[in-house]
Amino acid sequence: MSPTLALFALQAHEPGHLSDGGVLAEFAWLIPLVPLVLMVAIVFVGKRLPYKGWELAEAAMLFVAVYGVTLLIMNASGGIYHEGSVEIARIGAYTIEWGWVVDGLSIMMYSVVGVVGLAVFTYSKGYMKGDVRYTWFFAAFTLFAGAMLVLVSAANMIQLLVGWELVGLASYLLIGHYWEDHSNNAAAIKAFFTNKIADVGLVIGIIIIGVTVGSFRFNDVLTAVFDGDSALAQVAFWAGLALFIGAMGKSAQFPFHVWLPDAMAGPTPVSSLMHAATMVTAGVYLLGRMFPFYQSDVFAADVKTIIIVIGAITLFAMGLIALVQDDIKKVLAYSTLSQLGYMTVAMGAGAYTAGLFHLFTHAFFKGLLFLAAGSVIHAVHSNNMSDMGGLRKPMPWTYKTFLVGSLALAGIFPLAGFWSKDEILASISYDAGHGGGTIASVVLWIAIAGAFVTAFYMARAVYLTFFGEYKGHAHPHESPKIMTYPLIGLAALSIVAGFVNVPGVYTGFTEWLAARPFSMGDHHAESINFALAAIGLLVALAGIAAGTRLWRKDAATQAERDRFRIPVLYPVLEHKYYIDDLYRVALVDPIRGPVARFVNWTNTYVIDAVVNAFGGLSMVLAKGVYRGVDQRGIDLAINAVAGATGEAGEALRHTTTGRVQQYAGALFAGAVLLVLGLLIFT
Amino acid sequence: MEMFDDGWGLSLIVFLPLAGAGLILLLPKAQEGLIKLVGLAFALLSFAASVVAILRFDFGAAEQFQFGTDLSWISAIGSRYHIGIDGISLPLLVLSTLMTVLAIVYSLNHWPEPHNPKAFLVLLLLLATGMNGTFVALDLVLFFIFFELVLLPMYFMIGIWGDRAKIRLPGFRREVETRLYASIKFFLFTLFGSAFMLLGFLALYFKSDPHTFDMVALAEAGQMGLFDGTFGAWVFAALFIGFAVKVPMWPLHTWLPDAHTAAPTVGSVLLAAILLKLGSYGFIRISLPILPQQAQDWAPIIAVLAVIAIIYGALACLAQTDLKRLIAFSSVGHMGFVMLGISTLTDVGINAAVIGMVAHGIITGMLFFLAGSMQHRYHTRDMARLGGNMKTLPIIGGLMAFTAMASLGLPGLAGFWGEFMALLASFNPLDGLSLVVFRTAMVVGAVGTVLTAGYMLWMLQKVNLGEPSEEWAGKDLHDADKFELAAWVPLVLGIVAIGVYPKIVFGATNDAVTELVRRAFGG
Repeated sequence: MSPTLALFALQAHEPGHLSDGGVLAEFAWLIPLVPLVLMVAIVFVGKRLPYKGWELAEAAMLFVAVYGVTLLIMNASGGIYHEGSVEIARIGAYTIEWGWVVDGLSIMMYSVVGVVGLAVFTYSKGYMKGDVRYTWFFAAFTLFAGAMLVLVSAANMIQLLVGWELVGLASYLLIGHYWEDHSNNAAAIKAFFTNKIADVGLVIGIIIIGVTVGSFRFNDVLTAVFDGDSALAQVAFWAGLALFIGAMGKSAQFPFHVWLPDAMAGPTPVSSLMHAATMVTAGVYLLGRMFPFYQSDVFAADVKTIIIVIGAITLFAMGLIALVQDDIKKVLAYSTLSQLGYMTVAMGAGAYTAGLFHLFTHAFFKGLLFLAAGSVIHAVHSNNMSDMGGLRKPMPWTYKTFLVGSLALAGIFPLAGFWSKDEILASISYDAGHGGGTIASVVLWIAIAGAFVTAFYMARAVYLTFFGEYKGHAHPHESPKIMTYPLIGLAALSIVAGFVNVPGVYTGFTEWLAARPFSMGDHHAESINFALAAIGLLVALAGIAAGTRLWRKDAATQAERDRFRIPVLYPVLEHKYYIDDLYRVALVDPIRGPVARFVNWTNTYVIDAVVNAFGGLSMVLAKGVYRGVDQRGIDLAINAVAGATGEAGEALRHTTTGRVQQYAGALFAGAVLLVLGLLIFT
Repeated sequence: MEMFDDGWGLSLIVFLPLAGAGLILLLPKAQEGLIKLVGLAFALLSFAASVVAILRFDFGAAEQFQFGTDLSWISAIGSRYHIGIDGISLPLLVLSTLMTVLAIVYSLNHWPEPHNPKAFLVLLLLLATGMNGTFVALDLVLFFIFFELVLLPMYFMIGIWGDRAKIRLPGFRREVETRLYASIKFFLFTLFGSAFMLLGFLALYFKSDPHTFDMVALAEAGQMGLFDGTFGAWVFAALFIGFAVKVPMWPLHTWLPDAHTAAPTVGSVLLAAILLKLGSYGFIRISLPILPQQAQDWAPIIAVLAVIAIIYGALACLAQTDLKRLIAFSSVGHMGFVMLGISTLTDVGINAAVIGMVAHGIITGMLFFLAGSMQHRYHTRDMARLGGNMKTLPIIGGLMAFTAMASLGLPGLAGFWGEFMALLASFNPLDGLSLVVFRTAMVVGAVGTVLTAGYMLWMLQKVNLGEPSEEWAGKDLHDADKFELAAWVPLVLGIVAIGVYPKIVFGATNDAVTELVRRAFGG
């Protein structure tokens, strides 16, 4: 059965059909500001409060969640678009602004950050109890929320960059939360550094586009796209590629993916909210914000080929690594990489709605999975699944919610992941027939194979953690209510979140996201592609079946887990394709070591050698000149300076060589001679 | 207030510290409390006068020299007491008076050996007069005198209160004390540059008709094309050496790591915060307006040297084991961004340079304060021994982390704007400049920001994080005291304020820079 698809023409339309959102939209600048202000409050007064600052953090998230969901409801009952800005500087022809966008895309992100954030912050109160830096944790976490909202609300590219790097800072601070241990610091630095490298792309992309258009506002840039601005079209490929490189860093796409698994060194709530649900999706968000720029043929459409290939590599290669991890958080981290790959593929396939829909559903079920994993870790005091097993009984709620999250992630009908993954498959399939060509066809099969891998590693994780015999040494028990309630809430969302976009039945999400002053020119299914949905579901079930067969019966021993070891492939996966090693050996170590030392060596032994030789030589020379020159012949100014030096030098004769005035005299005498020469000869 | 506007205001800002120095000289050495009080009072008065200048400054006419006066001075050579400030000099002047106050506040409780607050404060106030004077002078002779006046106090500060560790220079047999080598190197290196600068000034004087040292008149003459051709090229080269040493630009930078490392804390602070800016300010105030044609010829060379400095400085930082030396090398890179901005000869680039100068002043000044305070407690600058500082001294450690983030150009803090805008300007330099050179410079400069992040993060890891070394166990290391906090809190607030609301600086500079570029380059 062939799907019916609609392709909107690329065109700007007057925001007339959208309401302005009224006072709530006008005051949307509060959304990033409230968390930032409360963050400062936590730093300064947090420790003195009854809950040590948690209450302020929670209040910030509650505010964002309520504000975001209210806007979401308003947007669902009729599109909203509002943009406000405040000038913060003017430089030459450029205006630098602080702006806030309230449109379908940003509202969706406000809601996700708010709702998942509220769940995670609530959970953290229990999870972080007794932490060495409890208050600081919530300060940094609230800083993240504020920075993420700065990023999401950004009306211009510079503000986006500000939020972009500030979430990076928060990420650095929280990955390295336990900084007594240098391995955590190394992970934190790796995250910051990898992102900083990718940010070179983002910065250059912003500069190229901003200078070419003459404005940094997204609206002005997209208007230029719709006007067919030829200057922008000329630089579009490079600018689009540069921006995408930035997106690859934040959204951890191959080959910038290396930081995300290491980032699991941070506390689990951080992994949940930042490194799964929200922060890492910023790259996808950026592609969504700039979507028409990539979608339009005369602009950066060629970059989409690169985007879809990078996404496909990430989704498949990283999913495979998840199979060989023992650390439950690492399994989820590689899974996140893989799912981000799906979103990127969708963007590369020109599917604005599908990519962001997966972002939306993934935020709930992956946030949930991390929190549930945290609940397990909290109980068994280990990240390793080899220390777990059989937890189904002592931790029923954790088990049930983890199972829901896993099924949603695996794409099992009718949970959230099923709908969003299906929409991505449908979009790739459409792209394969409409300009995506062979590449898109291949990517479609990769994406389907990826669905198998996803189900397979999640089945493995569920069995190793919750089935079989308990192998650890702690006495596992269910987590307190403050932790299980957020799990239940997110589990509920993981079940229902997909229903907001069921092609042919209810396509609310598509309309929410379309509430922007431009049509996105993307295509989305108007009815379910039953064939692809069936394939996707069957493949996922096959993955679960295979996982069950391998791990269901006896998940108790290491040998059991090695049953699917494949020669060559297994060691390659265990070493993460040797990419981390390559970076270290070929890039980081040489620059920190020999290259830096060589540069420092040239400073002392080349440049300074010249300086010192010159100094020594002029010492000899100066003695001669000083004796030869009658000081009374030198003019007033020189006398004054040399005299002052001489007097001061007297006072210090015991500590300094006292030769300074000799140089001074010699140099000034030389100066006058040279000036005379210059005037005569030119 | 009219007197303030007619030149008295600026003269007060410049000479109040000198008056303070004179007064301190009259006080007996034993009266330390009084001496400190007088020093602080005069620095504060000078700062207060500069705040009045902000309040009375007409930001709508920031391109004009305000509070000016033009009096006959050395009539024999036509040198006049011509002073005034526009939107470019205002932020730098305020930075200078503020840093002087903070340096004295910090000093109140931290006297480097061999103590002697009287001499130290006299030198510090003398330094302040030199620094402030350089930013208000509109006559080349006046400029030169202030520019050179800065040398002496700094020379003595390093030479007397500096680091006494012995070093052996490669190729020399004898060991020398670090402070002696560093102070003499600093003095001679700068003097070497100044000699060329003076040469250039004299050449401009003799070439102009009627002979004048007046910057405004010379700029007008230069923009008419009076100094074009070979003559101008030589003069630009001479000024270039003078200013480039001071900035310092690669490869004339080697005095800087030695001077910074050897100097006492407030010496390093003022050296980084203000003295380096005298060079880049010279480029903006003198070289560009007076020799616009030559500036365009030299621009690609300056850009290339600037990006070399960015990369070279960052790589050299990666190899350092000494905390102060690392911060010193970081200045080479940061001033590289300032010079990259200037070399684009555009309004954006020069605006970037000025905000970069201000930001570098407060950020690196802060870093040197912190490094100094750490050395004061641990008696070492060796980063390998300082690990876990975050645990031993949480406030200092936290401020170090904050300032390091500002230094690596984190958006939202002051350091970001100078770097970002300099890169932006290099994408689109003045018409006629080589796009290949400048766009390559942009990419290389952007890569430099990555290396900058690298050395700053590794520095933080070594110094701040991990468990403190055994050797500090049981030692009573006290965290920041109230004098330190009094000196640092204004800097922290400045870093945040400029980062969040860059109009604090751009609001003053933009019109002035735009007008300067329009006149000199028709841009």
